[in-house]
Amino acid sequence: MGILETLFPPGLFSASFMQNAWIAGTAVAVLSACVGFFVVLRGASFAAHAVPRASFAGAAGAVLAGGDTLVGLAIFSVLSSLGIAALSSRRDQGQTTALVLMAALGLGSLFLTLGGAYAPEVYALLFGQIVGISQGDVLGILALLLLTLLGTALLYRPLLWTSVAPDVAEARGVPRRRMEILFLLLLALAATAAVPVVGALLSFSLMVGPAAAAAYFGRSPGRSLAIAVLIGVFSIWFSLIFAYDTGLPVGFFVAAVTAVFYGLGRLWAWLWEIERGLQRAA
Amino acid sequence: MSSLNAELEREDAVLELSGLRVRLGGRAVLQDIDLRVRPGEFVGVIGANGAGKTTLLKVILGLVRPDEGQVRIAGRDVRDARSLVGYVPQSFSPDPDLPLRARDLVALGLDGARWGFSLGGRQRRGRIDEALSWVDAERYADQPIGRLSGGELQRLLVAQALIAQPRMVLLDEPLANLDLRSQDDVVDLVGRVAHERGVTVVLVTHDMNPLLPVMDRILYLARGQAALGTVDEVVRGDVLSQLYGHHVDVVRVHGRILVVGGTDSESLTCSTCDG
Repeated sequence: MGILETLFPPGLFSASFMQNAWIAGTAVAVLSACVGFFVVLRGASFAAHAVPRASFAGAAGAVLAGGDTLVGLAIFSVLSSLGIAALSSRRDQGQTTALVLMAALGLGSLFLTLGGAYAPEVYALLFGQIVGISQGDVLGILALLLLTLLGTALLYRPLLWTSVAPDVAEARGVPRRRMEILFLLLLALAATAAVPVVGALLSFSLMVGPAAAAAYFGRSPGRSLAIAVLIGVFSIWFSLIFAYDTGLPVGFFVAAVTAVFYGLGRLWAWLWEIERGLQRAA
Repeated sequence: MSSLNAELEREDAVLELSGLRVRLGGRAVLQDIDLRVRPGEFVGVIGANGAGKTTLLKVILGLVRPDEGQVRIAGRDVRDARSLVGYVPQSFSPDPDLPLRARDLVALGLDGARWGFSLGGRQRRGRIDEALSWVDAERYADQPIGRLSGGELQRLLVAQALIAQPRMVLLDEPLANLDLRSQDDVVDLVGRVAHERGVTVVLVTHDMNPLLPVMDRILYLARGQAALGTVDEVVRGDVLSQLYGHHVDVVRVHGRILVVGGTDSESLTCSTCDG
């Protein structure tokens, strides 16, 4: 403890709001990386971008109705996921995703105006309020962590198969459409947990950033998933420490750190390609 | 006695299509297709674009229900026979940075439809290595699939199909986008799958020529109808003219077969001479 206190600013680990932040942040990093792994495999970045943003409307609705933010987020992220699944054809998910996002954001702005939410609340929803996480939120986020971990573990192989070779998986009896719906529901769970912590605008970065970077470092699915989790957890820890120290927003650090990892991943792949070329030449 | 014989014959056929008719959007895509394929037989399904090849494959895979007729695989309904059929899809081009090695792709063919994840194990690894060796892919077993050539990928897809020990493998245009040497390699490999491993092969392609050395029978599709037999029985001017509904000529040049159709310049087509 003595060493920690000299290395890190006081209260970083001991203040109760910081303890909530550490637990919630770590949980969100882990579940975002797990779901993000499949987001990257399926090329579903736009959906991963849209669902957290659409769930923002749910939080705004919760403010209006005087309900729990997490419940509002859950309802709207599940509804938007199911909306994307129900409306999209096999070819073009982008268009319907955009329409669902548009509808949700429209509702969100209506709820905000009617509910008379004041600026800091809106700001917290958009950019996250990790140091404002309550004990109740922590429990909710831990429950969501458990659900997404169970879900990804259970669906791991069929989800992997429908992501990388959908035609073969379908021919062998894996229900492609149902897997798509289940994937979008996992995405909804991840969004619900991530929005209060890193905000509707940046929860995308924790989902796609670590997994996209990990694809360059880990060449097998298992290793890539593990590296995604490590990068995600490192990003959120790093961000918490520096946000606490500097007073700058957590979301900024998360986005910056994951972007750096992504850049390193690209560099790694580039070097690896050169080495392969040299090997072939030799 | 005759019913017993019929019973025995039915069990003997790996794939049996009888009186198959499929209509899509009010148009007859397949009409009166009858086909019985034996174990270890190599059947080439040949036809131009829109002849009904893909629909036929989907029917055999149980993804399209026929309007009339029956599809039976090893005497069973298609839906109960999914584990007996391996499938090699058309156009498989993974992202270059996909975190999936050759062995991971093949492993999905073994247990990709099961819940949960695999904890590995020596026996599973042994089966994957074995399947990789069937298609001579040991050399790139640990390479990410996004960086492999078309021919290497095609071999992996065959291994992915074979690892579940199917009775039959369906291949959809496996030679498209391959250079000539890779085409020959894949044809040779698939020929060995049929004739040495005894796995029935149904291979769909628009160009019959690469298959001539290994194909036992040909199912020639045109206008939703089919002619079935050996190449010499089917690929003849009179048979194909009747199938196409207009005059076509069959020309043999340097061991290659060209089907040239039409009598005026407008309908002059050469349905099988590309590639």
